Amino acid sequence: MDPVLLVASIMVSATPILLAALGEMVVEKSGVLNLGVEGMMITGAVMGFAIAVSSGSPLLGFAGAAVSGAVLSLAFGFLTQYLLSNQVATGLGLTLVGLGLSALIGSNYEGQRAPALGKLDIPLLGDLPVLGRMLFSHDIMVYVSLALVAAVWAFLKFTRAGLILRAVGEDHASAHALGYKVVRVRLAAIAFGGACAGMGGAYVSLVRVPQWTEGMTAGAGWIALAIVVFASWRALGVLIGAYLFGGVTVIQLNLQAAGTTVPVELLSMSPYLITIIVLVIISARGAQGAPASLGRSFHASS
Amino acid sequence: MMRLEKRPQPSGYWTALTPILAVVLTMLVGGVMFWALGKPPVEAIRTIFWDPLFHPQFAAYSRPQLLVKAGPLILIAIGLSIGFRAGIWNIGAEGQYIMGAVTGAAVGLAFYPSESVLLFPLMVIAGALGGWAWAMIPAVLKTRFGTNEILVSLMLVYVAENILASASANWLRSPEGMGFPGSRNFKQWPAVFNDELIANTGMHWGVVTAFIAVIAAYVMMARHIAGFNVRLTGEAPRAARFSGVSPARIVFLCLGLSGVLAGMAGLFEVTGPAGQISIDFGSGYGFTAIIVAFLGRLNPFGILAAGLLMALTYIGGELAQLMLGLPGASIQLFQGMLLFFLLATDVFTNYRVRLVRREVA
Repeated sequence: MDPVLLVASIMVSATPILLAALGEMVVEKSGVLNLGVEGMMITGAVMGFAIAVSSGSPLLGFAGAAVSGAVLSLAFGFLTQYLLSNQVATGLGLTLVGLGLSALIGSNYEGQRAPALGKLDIPLLGDLPVLGRMLFSHDIMVYVSLALVAAVWAFLKFTRAGLILRAVGEDHASAHALGYKVVRVRLAAIAFGGACAGMGGAYVSLVRVPQWTEGMTAGAGWIALAIVVFASWRALGVLIGAYLFGGVTVIQLNLQAAGTTVPVELLSMSPYLITIIVLVIISARGAQGAPASLGRSFHASS
Repeated sequence: MMRLEKRPQPSGYWTALTPILAVVLTMLVGGVMFWALGKPPVEAIRTIFWDPLFHPQFAAYSRPQLLVKAGPLILIAIGLSIGFRAGIWNIGAEGQYIMGAVTGAAVGLAFYPSESVLLFPLMVIAGALGGWAWAMIPAVLKTRFGTNEILVSLMLVYVAENILASASANWLRSPEGMGFPGSRNFKQWPAVFNDELIANTGMHWGVVTAFIAVIAAYVMMARHIAGFNVRLTGEAPRAARFSGVSPARIVFLCLGLSGVLAGMAGLFEVTGPAGQISIDFGSGYGFTAIIVAFLGRLNPFGILAAGLLMALTYIGGELAQLMLGLPGASIQLFQGMLLFFLLATDVFTNYRVRLVRREVA
């Protein structure tokens, strides 16, 4: 196996989860647990695909996927923030709605091919002997996802808005007492998370596969949730987690293709098993960095 | 402007009313959705909710299906509801259902072609144990390491699906199947075939077990100390710990019970309506049961009603697919919407809506 190709394919395979997990991390930092990542991803996958196919522009597809993910997540936001519904149950509901919705929309698009998202050869860097092909000749979304990691990190660490978002997630009652609009901050975070998940889904249907099949995200949204825990709610940790996971996926797929003696089913289940093992190791150490108000409803009267 | 005021106690009136409100809202929005798909909305709703029971031509076939589909849904949802009451989120019932079916079927097939009357009960026990063991993984990890049971139980669904694929293609494949995937057909093996107990009712052993589970769950939750401890853990975890309730034991109890029930549901399904272990055996009952549990207000008798209603949408959905060419996925969306509207209208159960004039600060 060519190591250049290996690293390049790990980056491609990690990007959907990276986008989704990064968005979910921001949501959780604001104190909201949205378990609907899988539903938003799959909706983004189908909407992105549909828009890209009908318009011929993959970038428009990604934009549409981001919007549809955000819209869907705002339904979750409305229920949890204004109607104060249980976040776990509502997130599950969002996933079920997303799976149904995507299957319904996608039934007309099965078997079609998406327009290809061109490679973005970065001048100079792309011409480097080995590293060029490995790191600097990907499609634009790979770089967008990496830029987002840096942006989220800087936003949470250095900006005032980021500080407010973290305050809301740590102690919503105090943040409210200080005059911050808890619900609005959370809705903004939820919408951002939805947009990221939508783009992540679109990356699966437009670049990685690239076609539409029902249920194609196959638990990637749930793995993104696990990666947020793995990352201890830090942007860099999300990057590492997503790339590790991408590595596992690529290696198991390559082993399947190479036809080793290991049963195919064992290889296919390995990403999920490894996720469980990683979760156990992280939780055994004690989950550090979980926002204190995570998953709790906020109501100004209480 | 409107303001929400927390009720000291959830309103009993609204607890009963919200599921009905949610169903009505789903029908309305669903009607709009069907209209947007270019299908007659009223006819579509009628085909889903009315025709399976009363259509002169199809009802004779679809009425028994009601119990066939409701049985596993109720059985799984009862187990889940107990955990949800305690704040333990087992969302991997689908995996426990699959593992119950695989273990139960494997034990049965090991004795092929025995005609012993003891074999079927043995398979039921094996199925229950299979589901139980699969649910014990998140339980042990949660109590031992504090690992989140939501993610672990869900990841295990994908693992179970791969085990199912392997069982169907390799180690449980029928030797007489000419190399095709899929186990021996239990329908052709009278000793273990989970047939209808009364012809044309759809009533098989799984449905009977579901009814028993409803009553047992009611007794446990309303009359037994275990049920009280479960509710206490969910509503006031600190109070529960002070009164000597071990959180770990509640986790084992809740996950264990739901694993057992989901595993049994899988076994009854594979020996009855499904007939064999095959790749597409997992039919999503484990996920739909989550909706059933919430729609039934986590109350055993509510779950009984909700399970029947959800079974109706399954059958009605198939009928609408056949008669109106409605996409099969629209039913999935329909069921998801139902849960969403239920959670939305639930605000009235816990809060009172007051109209107040905006105060001047």
